[in-house]
Amino acid sequence: MRVRLLDIAHARSGDKGDTANVGVIALKPEWYGVLERFLTQERVAEHFRGMISGKVERFALPNLGALNFLLHGALDGGGTLSLKTDAQGKVYSTALLRLVLDVPDADARGANLPGFAGDA
Amino acid sequence: MTNRVVRVASGQGFWGDWLEAPRRQVEGGPVDYLMLDYLAEVTMSILQKQKERDPKMGYARDFVGAVESVLPAVLTQGVRVIANAGGVNPVACADAILAMAAAKGAQSKLTLGVVTGDDLLPRLDELLAGGHALNNMDTGSPLASVRDRVIAANAYIGSVPIIDALARGAQIVITGRSTDTALTMAPLRHEFGWKADAWNQLAAGIIAGHIIECGAQCSGGNCLVDWRNIPDLADVGYPIVEANADGTFVITKHPGTGGRVSVASVTEQLVYEMGDPRTYITPDVVADFTSIRLTQEGPDRVRVHGITGAPATDKLKVSVAYRDGWKAVGSLVYAWPDALEKAQAADRVLRARLERIGLRFDQILTEFVGASATHGPLAGDAGKHAPEVEMRIGVRSSNRQMVERFTREIVPLVLNGPPSVTGFAGGRPKVEEIVAYWPALIDKTVVTPVVEIRQ
Repeated sequence: MRVRLLDIAHARSGDKGDTANVGVIALKPEWYGVLERFLTQERVAEHFRGMISGKVERFALPNLGALNFLLHGALDGGGTLSLKTDAQGKVYSTALLRLVLDVPDADARGANLPGFAGDA
Repeated sequence: MTNRVVRVASGQGFWGDWLEAPRRQVEGGPVDYLMLDYLAEVTMSILQKQKERDPKMGYARDFVGAVESVLPAVLTQGVRVIANAGGVNPVACADAILAMAAAKGAQSKLTLGVVTGDDLLPRLDELLAGGHALNNMDTGSPLASVRDRVIAANAYIGSVPIIDALARGAQIVITGRSTDTALTMAPLRHEFGWKADAWNQLAAGIIAGHIIECGAQCSGGNCLVDWRNIPDLADVGYPIVEANADGTFVITKHPGTGGRVSVASVTEQLVYEMGDPRTYITPDVVADFTSIRLTQEGPDRVRVHGITGAPATDKLKVSVAYRDGWKAVGSLVYAWPDALEKAQAADRVLRARLERIGLRFDQILTEFVGASATHGPLAGDAGKHAPEVEMRIGVRSSNRQMVERFTREIVPLVLNGPPSVTGFAGGRPKVEEIVAYWPALIDKTVVTPVVEIRQ
């Protein structure tokens, strides 16, 4: 089943130098496991390919039902150097929520995930 | 162990935040401390530029109005104010507060604590010569490589000098580059007498600080979950920490205010600007964000518990500001039909002209606002049908003249470029000097915060 992150999670992002961080939080506690299993570092790196120049790191916060991603080289130099509208990475949050996961049907039904029929 | 609850209210989340918030926090219900956070990495650079133009500047001037608006509460209800409004000039900030108080006839009743010692600029060469390389934490380069362009260097200092100022009777504590979180943790540590190795309590104080340091961003502001239904943001309540001696606390806001304090709103703020959640390093303690437990214990009340911390490191973070060239950003707006195509054509024309007159930049970036400026290729092709698109182009160079010349090349496009263009009322964009940020570490032992009590 295709599942759009926006439908199962919320997020907030910010900056540290040239690195943006995106915290992704499951909308329901029972959906955290899906994020934990399928929203991998590699999947997020693929999503942002061409938009960031460095690597992606992932940290888990099961206590908050959240994953924290560091997107290195995401801000065109960051801070005062950056020429970007989003120089401080404030809306990388919703950019990540555009991601559509492929979740095996059994897992998706088990967690009662909402399916996504639109374009990725 | 006391059952006493200490209330720390957040009244500013950055320099530029809502001017009404501090007064609303002291008038809306009982609070013991008002915490005002003014500083971000970018803010220190701006303040430094202001101090260069006028040696009496370099602090968050909004703070003077904020203190004026809460002065009755400070003088009659005993509310104490803690702020890092001093920026790169805490002494000038204190002067301005005392002048304001004198004008109000209140100077004799006011005791200020001024925390300095974070400013490393006067000692920079001595420190470098003494083997403190201040390598860039991101790139590893030694500070010597940009030393001649450095205009500010400040160590992030912790809770100890703030506690000292409180213990010596300060009603208002003004710091320079104190950590944002120490502004909240210090009064809790002062009230509850937490020892320097009470790692769990200290970590709890730091996490309380992290939650409220961005003002309403934990109480319904900028909250994505159910955003349409968050009540009355026009009257948003800023957050309040109700802390207990054991380090547990509740995040709430004054009754009758707008916004929302929920597990979701607090969680969004917890993950904001987060690195490795297991090691949130501060001068006082290393907090573990994976230990935090949140419980909705009532409407607009989230209980925070379970927090653990570990011993602090022997370093302090240092923020160095240095000159790093010039930049300018300009824009034009193109309208339907084919707004995006026109904006793209204008960008090509402009770049060709820049090339022909021989302008070279370290960086040139064009964004199409309304199509792809924030989400890039992820936005898909929705921009093709946009009723208008803003072409936003910026350049950066170590050569000021090149950037100056660039600013003159945008507006001509209104008459000599693609059609259906508007939005140029601002005229030529402004050339700005870039003050860049250099994060480093330094041994704690070489930084000595100083507390001065002024009346």
